[in-house]
Amino acid sequence: MAERELKKRPTASRETAAAETETEAPATTERGDKLKAEIDDLLDEIDEVLENNAEEFVRNYVQKGGE
Amino acid sequence: MAITKVCGIETEYGIHVDTTGDPSPTTASSLLINAYVAELDRKIGWDFEDESPGRDARGFAREGSMPPEVETHLVNAVLTNGARYYVDHAHPEYSTPECSNPLEALVHDRAGELVLQRSMEAANRLLPPGEEIVIYKNNSDGKGNSYGCHENYLLDRALPFSRIVRELTPHLVSRQIYTGAGKIGEEVAYAGDAPEFQLSQRADFFEEEVGLETTLKRPIINTRDEPHADAQKYRRLHVIVGDANLAEVATFLKLGATALVLAMIEDDFLANRDFRLAAPVAAIRAVSRDTTLRATVELASGEKLTAVELQWQLYDLARKYTAERGFEALGNEEVARRVLDRWEAVLQGLEADPQSLANQLDWVAKLRLVEAYRERHGLEWEDSRLAALDLQYHDLRPHKSLFARLSMERLTDDREVARATTEPPATTRAYFRGRCLQRFAPAIVAANWDSIVFDIGEDSLRRVPMMEPLKGTALHVDTLFEGCNTPAELLRRLGS
Repeated sequence: MAERELKKRPTASRETAAAETETEAPATTERGDKLKAEIDDLLDEIDEVLENNAEEFVRNYVQKGGE
Repeated sequence: MAITKVCGIETEYGIHVDTTGDPSPTTASSLLINAYVAELDRKIGWDFEDESPGRDARGFAREGSMPPEVETHLVNAVLTNGARYYVDHAHPEYSTPECSNPLEALVHDRAGELVLQRSMEAANRLLPPGEEIVIYKNNSDGKGNSYGCHENYLLDRALPFSRIVRELTPHLVSRQIYTGAGKIGEEVAYAGDAPEFQLSQRADFFEEEVGLETTLKRPIINTRDEPHADAQKYRRLHVIVGDANLAEVATFLKLGATALVLAMIEDDFLANRDFRLAAPVAAIRAVSRDTTLRATVELASGEKLTAVELQWQLYDLARKYTAERGFEALGNEEVARRVLDRWEAVLQGLEADPQSLANQLDWVAKLRLVEAYRERHGLEWEDSRLAALDLQYHDLRPHKSLFARLSMERLTDDREVARATTEPPATTRAYFRGRCLQRFAPAIVAANWDSIVFDIGEDSLRRVPMMEPLKGTALHVDTLFEGCNTPAELLRRLGS
C-alpha cells in the first residue's frame, strides 16, 4: 500500500510541474530572456578571459592520477 | 535509531605550474601549502622562542600517526579550523574538519577553496615573475587521469556492510543528476557513440561495484575501513564516486541527500523497496551520458526507471522517514528540512526543465555555457576552445574562474566562509582539535583525526584520544578551556 503511494508520487509531481510550466509561461519566458542576456554578456567577457592559446593550454593541463 | 551523520569532504585539487624550473606537481604542491602556512604564521603571530625543530607552532602540527599509505615526508598540516591540508599523490588535498550537518560541511568545503586561493597567492609571490601555480577544483585532466573528491559519513558499526552495498549503490548512481560537475566528451570508450557532454567528471573511471581501490579499478562502493574513531562502535564510509562541486546547491544536496539515505539504510527503512540495479557500473555510465535525463536504468527486479524517478522514490521515502523518525540523523532539524525542500525542488526542476537549474547545479551551468559559446562561434564539440572553457570553469583564480562569473545561488555567505578558514565547527570533536591548536600549538607535536599529542616538557609525550566524533564540542569543552592558561593545565583538567 505504502509502496503504491510512493510510486504515484513522481507522476503526480510531473503533472504538477507540467501544469505550472503552462500557466507560468510568461514568467518562464521572462526568466529565459534574462538568462540569455546574462549569458550573452558572459560570452563577451569570456573571449577576453579565456586562456590565449586554447590548444596549448588544454594540451599542457596534464595531471597525475590521485586518490 | 540512526546515529548523527557526521560528515566531511576531502578534495584533491588539480595543480598546474607555469615554470622554467622544477615542474613537478609534488614540489609545486609542497610549495603551495608551505607558502600558506608561512603566511598564517605571520598573521597569527605566535611566539616562536624556544621552538624545537621537530615541532611546529604555527597554527598547525605535523602529523605523526597517520596510516602508512600517507606520504609523511611530504607537507602535512593540521589547521586551526580542524582541517587537514597536505600533499597527496602529486595533488594538494584539503580535508574539511568533521561537521555534524551538511550545511556546516558546505561552509567548510568553501573555506577549503578560500585556503587554496590564498595559498596560490602566497606561493605566486615567492615565484619569479612570469611563473605561476594555478589550482583547479575538478576531477580530471581530460586525458584519462582522475583525482578525487571523497565524502565521509559516520555510520554505526553494527550496520552490515552488505546492506550498504545493496542499498546505497542505486542512490550513488542516480544522484549524478544533481552532483555532476559536467564534462565534455569521454575519457574511457564505452558502448555506443562518445557523448558530447556528460553529467559527471568521474563516472568514466568507475569499473567495479565494490572494492578497496581508489586509484585503479575504482569501485562505486569503497570498502576502506579506517574509522578514525572507536572501531567497536563506528564505521566511516568513504564515498569516492562523487565529483568536486563548485555549486553550493550541488554540494549541499550531495551531502544532505546521501546522509539521509544512509540514515534510512541504518534504520532498515529501505528494506521493503529493493532498488538493486541489474548492472551498476553500466548504469553509472548510462546516467552520466544522458543529459536529457530520459535514459532508464534496469533494476535487478527487471523494473526500468530513470535516475530522476529513482531519486523521487528515495526522496519520498526520506520524507516519510523523517516524519516518522525525526531529524536527528542530520544533526539539525532546520538543515534537514532545507535538504528535503531543496531535494524536492531540484527534482522538480530537473523533470520540468534542467535549464531552470542553471544557477544551482554545476553540470547544467557548464552545459549552458559551453552550448552558448559553441553556438556563437559555430564550433565543433572537439574544438579545444570548448575544452579550455570546460577546464577554466574550475579555475580557482577569481579573475579567471568562469564559475565565479555565473551568479550561482549561494547558501553560505563570505563572512562565514572566511571565518571557517580558521575557526572549527562547534558541534564535533574538530572543535577541541581546533581550539587546542589555537591556544596551545607550541606544545602540540602531532594531531590527527582521533588524537592530539602534547609535549609539556615531561619525560613522556601525552596523547589525548578523541575516539568520539560528537564529543569535544563547544558545549563540552568551552568551560574546560575557560581560564585554562597552559597546556599542562588543560591536560590536568582533562584528567589524562
